[in-house]
Amino acid sequence: MKKKIINANVISNKKIAEDHYIINAETNYLAQNSFPGQFVLVKVQEDTSDPLLRIPLGVHVIHKKGIRLLYKVVGRATDILSSKKKNDKIDILGPLGNGFDLTQLLEEKNSKAIICAGGHGVAPLYALAERIAQKKKRIDFFIGARTKKHIVCAKELRKLGVKIHIATEDGTRGKKGYVTSLLKEFLGQKRQNCQKRIMYACGPKPMLSVIAKEAEKFQIPAQVSVDEYMACGIGACLGCAIKTKTGYKLVCKDGPVFDAQEIDWRKV
Amino acid sequence: MDLKVRIGKLEFKNPIWVASGTFGYAQEFQDFVDFGKVGAIATKTLTLTKREGNPPPRIVETPSGMLNSIGLENQGIEHFTKEYHPFLKKLKTKIIVSIAGEKKDEILKCARILIEKALPDAIEVNLSCPNVTHKATRHQLIAQDAHSTGKILTALRKKVKCVLIAKLTPNVTDIMPIAKAVEGSGCDAVSLVNTYFGMAVDAEAMKPLLGKVIGGLSGPAIKPMALKAVRDAYKSVKIPVIGIGGIMTGIDVAEFMLSGASAVQLGTVNLVDPPAYERILGEFTEYLMRHKIRKATELTGKLKE
Repeated sequence: MKKKIINANVISNKKIAEDHYIINAETNYLAQNSFPGQFVLVKVQEDTSDPLLRIPLGVHVIHKKGIRLLYKVVGRATDILSSKKKNDKIDILGPLGNGFDLTQLLEEKNSKAIICAGGHGVAPLYALAERIAQKKKRIDFFIGARTKKHIVCAKELRKLGVKIHIATEDGTRGKKGYVTSLLKEFLGQKRQNCQKRIMYACGPKPMLSVIAKEAEKFQIPAQVSVDEYMACGIGACLGCAIKTKTGYKLVCKDGPVFDAQEIDWRKV
Repeated sequence: MDLKVRIGKLEFKNPIWVASGTFGYAQEFQDFVDFGKVGAIATKTLTLTKREGNPPPRIVETPSGMLNSIGLENQGIEHFTKEYHPFLKKLKTKIIVSIAGEKKDEILKCARILIEKALPDAIEVNLSCPNVTHKATRHQLIAQDAHSTGKILTALRKKVKCVLIAKLTPNVTDIMPIAKAVEGSGCDAVSLVNTYFGMAVDAEAMKPLLGKVIGGLSGPAIKPMALKAVRDAYKSVKIPVIGIGGIMTGIDVAEFMLSGASAVQLGTVNLVDPPAYERILGEFTEYLMRHKIRKATELTGKLKE
């Protein structure tokens, strides 16, 4: 799909949890041409050299009029983004990257999905869950957060009819501990929790590496969406390299979604 | 308006080019840039054999700039001639192939393969990537050593008929003797600056932000220093100087030309704004019109000091 720069109108920009926002941008082009798992690069203000680089954000919701982007305020650029108001403009470059591969899930009869989100890793996974739910496939959706206040999208996900499993590190909601422990427990519980399953995950790299290990153990195909410092987003600068078993690959062009077993987790 | 500029035996349609390492092998930019308008395209640097590049993170943003530590990742010159050059040679612009090596023989061999299999319009020898360590000098980089720079370029000049440009590092006490060594070797032009050594620290984690700790700083943050380096080089040699360093607008292009550049290269701006080229060319043309300058070349070195 042709990559474009879109000067999009902001429909809304809402705080949904502590430090977490969802910005809704009006863009027909990205509404029609982006796929779950793809991302965009956003320039938060015009004619400025600081912040200089665009910020990569996973497409969170694809709707009729445009796309929503979920982001956490972590630095100056995301802070500026959080101040955008209705009818402001944002400069979006996209669609970028490969997106999730749903072929196997959709072709196999009675297949089910396991989706695992760590922190704001839920961003690209909501669009994915929505697409899978449309195809009437069962989804077990695992959400991991540091604390209750950082759990986002649980209500919206429930509306899609997915089964939600929550873990918080401080135990303020759901199971206390890492979401990966909750996932391990689920996989070990009964055989049908692992059979005909495809796993999708996004979150911090240590979490993804545990997921890769579990997926291998239970022989579940798994796709992970990874994050890396990035400049151009179009495969030119070779900045967003990630080590795979066959050498460095680019998160922006070869990813951001990779087969979990393809990545060399010792080097990540 | 006449934007044409001559470097050695080549005529370029305008003095605004794109810099090595920031434009891939052009294909990456086909959705954004009309290559026919571009003065020249410098490719990502190629080496004799494949290089894997440095461990990530390779990019970090800093105030008005960015650090990179790519480490010259590339598939090697042979692969380039087969996979990338066929696309490049069809474009209606001049192609400058950037090459590098750790020592003289490697650079000469790389140039030989390039000329045999994919004769480019020009070769830019990257003697200055801050993310590698050269063997042909007691310094880290060949371009920090006037003697080594002169020796390698003289040998290369004997083998290379096409336009030859040497790309220098600003990480030196004085760039003038290095620029003079480039001129003495018979090169057609000198391009500068490559990136400045730099690093960034995550104080909370008490860790460096780049995988290899040290990287090269680029972007608007370096423009004042790059302008100074261009002026220094312009004062010390008669061959054309190609100015590089944090150009974001057409006015920045004018600043570099006033300081002595015959042409410029756009770098980091391509990574921030893939379609920046046409905007900058438009702004520069508008600047010339506003100042009633008919020929772009008239601007070079015209700083009223």
